[in-house]
Order: sequence, then C-alpha cells, then structure tokens
Amino acid sequence: MDGTALKDRPKSDTQREAVIRVRNLTNQFGEQVVHENLNLDVWRGEVLGVVGGSGTGKSVLLRTIVGLNKPKAGSIEVLGVDVLNGPEEDRQRIERSWGVAFQDGALFSSLTVLQNVMAPLREHTGISESLMAALGGLKISLVGLPHLSCSKFPSELSGGMRKRAALARALSLDPEIVFLDEPTAGLDPIGAAAYDDLIGELQHALGLTVFMVTHDLDSLYAICDRIAVLAEKRVLVEGPIEDMTKVDHPWVQEYFTGPRARAAQQKG
Amino acid sequence: MIRLKILACLNNSIAVTRRLTSHTAMTRPTITSESDATGVCIRIAGDLRTQSLDHVEEDFAALRPNGQDVVVDMAQVQSLDTGGAWLVANLVQRLGSSGAQVRLEGLDPAHSSLIETVSHNISEMTGDELPPRGFVNWVARIGEKTFGAWQDTLSIVGFLGLTLHRLVRTLIMPWRLRRAALVSQMEQVGFKALPIVSLMGFLIGVVLAFQGATQLKQFGAEIFVVELISISILRELGILLTAIIVAGRSGSAFTASIGSMKVQEEIDAMRTLGLDPIEVLVIPRVLALLIMLPILGFVADMAGLIGGALMSWIDLGVSPGMFLTRLKENTGVAQLAVGMIKAPFFALVIGVIACWQAMQVKGSSESVGQRTTASVVQSIFMVIAIDALFSIFFSELGV
Repeated sequence: MDGTALKDRPKSDTQREAVIRVRNLTNQFGEQVVHENLNLDVWRGEVLGVVGGSGTGKSVLLRTIVGLNKPKAGSIEVLGVDVLNGPEEDRQRIERSWGVAFQDGALFSSLTVLQNVMAPLREHTGISESLMAALGGLKISLVGLPHLSCSKFPSELSGGMRKRAALARALSLDPEIVFLDEPTAGLDPIGAAAYDDLIGELQHALGLTVFMVTHDLDSLYAICDRIAVLAEKRVLVEGPIEDMTKVDHPWVQEYFTGPRARAAQQKG
Repeated sequence: MIRLKILACLNNSIAVTRRLTSHTAMTRPTITSESDATGVCIRIAGDLRTQSLDHVEEDFAALRPNGQDVVVDMAQVQSLDTGGAWLVANLVQRLGSSGAQVRLEGLDPAHSSLIETVSHNISEMTGDELPPRGFVNWVARIGEKTFGAWQDTLSIVGFLGLTLHRLVRTLIMPWRLRRAALVSQMEQVGFKALPIVSLMGFLIGVVLAFQGATQLKQFGAEIFVVELISISILRELGILLTAIIVAGRSGSAFTASIGSMKVQEEIDAMRTLGLDPIEVLVIPRVLALLIMLPILGFVADMAGLIGGALMSWIDLGVSPGMFLTRLKENTGVAQLAVGMIKAPFFALVIGVIACWQAMQVKGSSESVGQRTTASVVQSIFMVIAIDALFSIFFSELGV
C-alpha cells in the first residue's frame, strides 16, 4: 500500500466535518469511573486509531458511540444526530449508516457467511433475493474472501477469515462510518498487514470514515490518519502519529518510543 | 497493485458526493430507455444507493440486449454506492454479452472507478453452487444418514465402555474420585430435584386414585384402589417418571455445560494438562446420577403412595389405616424392588447419553443447543425403551 498518499490529504480545519462528536462523556460501572468528561471528534473520511492501555475503556467508548452502552452523562452526535436522546426515527436512520465489526466477528452462527452478509440487506431494504445474494457476494469478494466461503458456516472459518466476513457484513449497507474493534488482534503478521491494506483500500474506494480500536502499532503506522490516546479517563492526546512521540506523558512515551514502535515506524 | 491505484484516486470525489447527499433526503432513482435507428439510450438518474435500489431493480432487469449499440447516460446520477455500481456493471455486462457496444456517458470519475472496482469483483464470481438434487442424491443422503447412525451407535457404545472402565477404576482407586465435584453434582442432580420429583409423585398418586375410584366404584370394588395405586407406582410410574424428569432436568444441563466447555476448548486444555475429561467431568456426573436417581425414585414412590392414600380417604372413604394394612398384605417389597432395580440402569443411560452428546459438540454455540435437544430426546426414549425391556423380562420371569 502506498502509505504516503493516505497521509498527504489536505486537512485544514475549515474543510473537515465531524461525523462523530463526543462531548463530556462520562461512563461509570458501579464505583469504577471509566470515562470522565471525554471529548472526541472524528472527521469525515479519516481513519482514526484509538489506543490505550488495558482497561482504559477503548471498547466501552466504541460500544457507547454505537448505542450498546448507555453513558452516565454527556452527549454523542453521529452525522448531526443526537444518538442518545434524538428521535427514534433519526436514530434508526443513523444505525443504517454505520457498520460495526466486532472483535471475534460476532457472526450469526446458524447462518452461512453469505446469509450473514445478506441479513442487514434483508432487514433494511426491499430488494429482491437474487440481488441481495449478488450484493452479498460482491462484499465477500471485496473483502478478499474466496467465493467458496459464501456457503460456509462461521465455525468452519479461520479467525482471520471470520474477521473479514465480519467486515463484509459491516459493509453490506454501504455505511458511511465503520467501527472496528481490534481488527488485527490474533492475526499473523502477514494476515494483519493484508487486513490493514484491505481497510485502507476500502476506506479509499468507498469514502469510509473508520473508527478503529487497536493495539497494533503496525496498523497505526500503516493506515491511521490520526490517533486518539485514551488515558486518565479521557482522550489524553489526539493527532497524527508523528506528534505522538513528542507528547510528554510516561505511557504515551513508552508506547510510541518502545522497541516495537521503532520497528513499526521503520516498516511504515 | 493496479487495483489499489484505481482505488486510490477515488476517494475525494466520492467523499464530495457523500457530503452533498448525506444530509438531504435521497432522490428516488429512475431509469428510462429510448431507442432510435442508431441505437438505444438508457438514462439513469437520482441516488443509486443500496437502500433505494428496490425502486429500480426490476426496471434494470427488464432491459435486455436487442443487438443494438447502447449508450448509458449517467450524468443525472447524484450518488452511487457499491450496490448501485453493481446494478450498472451488471447491466453493462448483460447488454454487452450479445456483442453490442455499450458505452457509459456523463460519468463522474469517482463513479467510474467504483463501477470498475465492482465489475472487477463480479467477474470473479460464478453461479452459486446449489446442493445437488435428484433421486440418486436422495438415496445417497439416506445412505449417509444410515451410516452416520451406525457410526453414532458404535461411538456411544464405545463411550459407555470407556465410562464403565473409568467408573470401575474409580471404585478400585477411590482417591482418584473428585469428591467436591461429586457432592456438588449430587446437590444439583438430586437435592435440588426433590421438590419437583415429590410433587410429581404426589400428583400421580392423586390422579391414579381419582381415576381408579370412578372405574372401581362401578363394580363395588373400591378397596382394590390400594393395589392399583401401589403396584403401578412402585413397579412402574414412580421411577419411570422420575427418570424422565431427571433426563430433562439434568441430562440437558450436563450436555449444555460440558458442550460449552468443548466450544471454549476447555476440554482440549484439560487434555494438554494431562487431565482425563472422562474422569474429571463425566464420572462425577454419572456417579451422582447413580446415587441420586434411586433416592429420587424412592421419594417419588412414597409421595405417590401418600397422594394416593389421601385421595382414597377423601373420595372413597378408605382410611389411611386400612390403606396401610392392605398395602402390607397384598403388595410385597418385591414390587418396590422391581421398580428400584431399574434406577441405576436409567441413571447410567441418562448420564452416558448426555455426556456423549456433549462430546459431539463442534464449533459453534448453536451446536450446543442442537446436542442438548438431542440428548434429552434420546435419553427419554432410551429410558422408556429400557423400561419396556424390563417389563417383558419380569413378566417372563413371573415376578
């Protein structure tokens, strides 16, 4: 993948439009405060990588934005719609304009891969069965799965294939925003690099905005336009990866200047 | 790499299209076609997006090649996603298959590349592989199922042998027994089942007395209700119904819990740690059933007799004292023994089938559900079948 092409896109403040706007978000489970007054913007057409140590609430943030977790306080706007308190109709429309790929795929185990990808189409569009199958097959082909895997069940796929199938399902309604939870965790380096390329490629071709929770430094260097670091219950710092090494915070320093980061940087 | 470069030039223009359309209402897509002497002109307009394709899908399919050259005018298309691009690419492919020239006009460069990407991916796809049909396949499927059933029978008998071997080894070397697991299983299987089993027994006694009374009154032979109740409950119903309840209650629990462990690879983990899953998981469960099922059966018998005696007293005026006397005189302990002797067999069947089904779980959590259902159905069926065998056996013996 031609990494520089991705990073050279113009990003002046006047041009960017926030598709996700999180304000003063507070999440609390029992006594434990996960987020406190967290603010985050995701701009249209960017790949945002969210990083942070274990237990800093990366996945909780993702789940909160897509409405799986009700926060204690704060507001979340997606494409200009208040997802927490907005009218039901608007929220349903918004739900069709994002796709979520969960960490282990979360494919429906009783359906084949093709049926999994067709499920959102069946639910939200009025198109015919044969067109659904054709579009499902197209998405499966786009994510680089062989056509043979259409008729397989999720349990017959390898971990990496399941992640791809989950991405195909997330893309089935041609969403504007794609949420990915640890997309490369558990993949071998070659598989992970291929997945990174795939996301970059699809993001470019389909004009997606990608919100990605990840631990993978290679992914961060290869495809992320911007990085948000979660620490101390908020977004500690956000910006392009080059800026991360200049941040004066022990965790950020260790994360972005450690031996693994240096190796990833050389590759990227 | 070529594909990547095609893709790379797309982004900005699509993003522009998106920006224009995402906040305004979508325009319904339309397609019109007119033909003249020179060829056919197809006009597409509006938002050609997956969510609005149902309006034009049939119109697209209705367009068929007629040998003339085609111009597709897409200048009025406001936005396009992969679904719309697929329809256009498919149209071009179909119309072009007759050898006619198909040209796309007025295309936004972004849309053009998207259509190119999509058609690249369609060409890789062939028709769907449908499962083969026909008489030969029907016969083949029957053969497969029969063979599978035979294999399952062999496997379950093997599993029974394995379980018995481990059971005997545990009896010889009792220190290998997992006592904590055994006690906890006994609580789950036996103690917690006491209320439902005794209630069931009580109600069966009541029903038998009630039904028997109405029939026996016609002959003035009310007093025989005691034999009716005691023999049918002690010999058959008490233990049979208890076994059925336990199969539904504990058999399903065994399959579900061991089955989910199988899905989570816990069983494999045990094997790598040098633990024998049969010894750790199966033996405590089967042993708990072997110990508790006779006890539960006995409780059900007693509850049944109490229910029967109570109903006989209320409905027929047979006093509890009279009931007890006739019970002692005309129904020997042999009747109880005939019933109780079946309990360990039922217990073994329920335990072995439930654990074997659990070991057959593969891959998904859905498989756990299927195996649990199969486990309950099979063990109830086997319990009834064994009961029938015992019936024949005892009547031949004249017991």
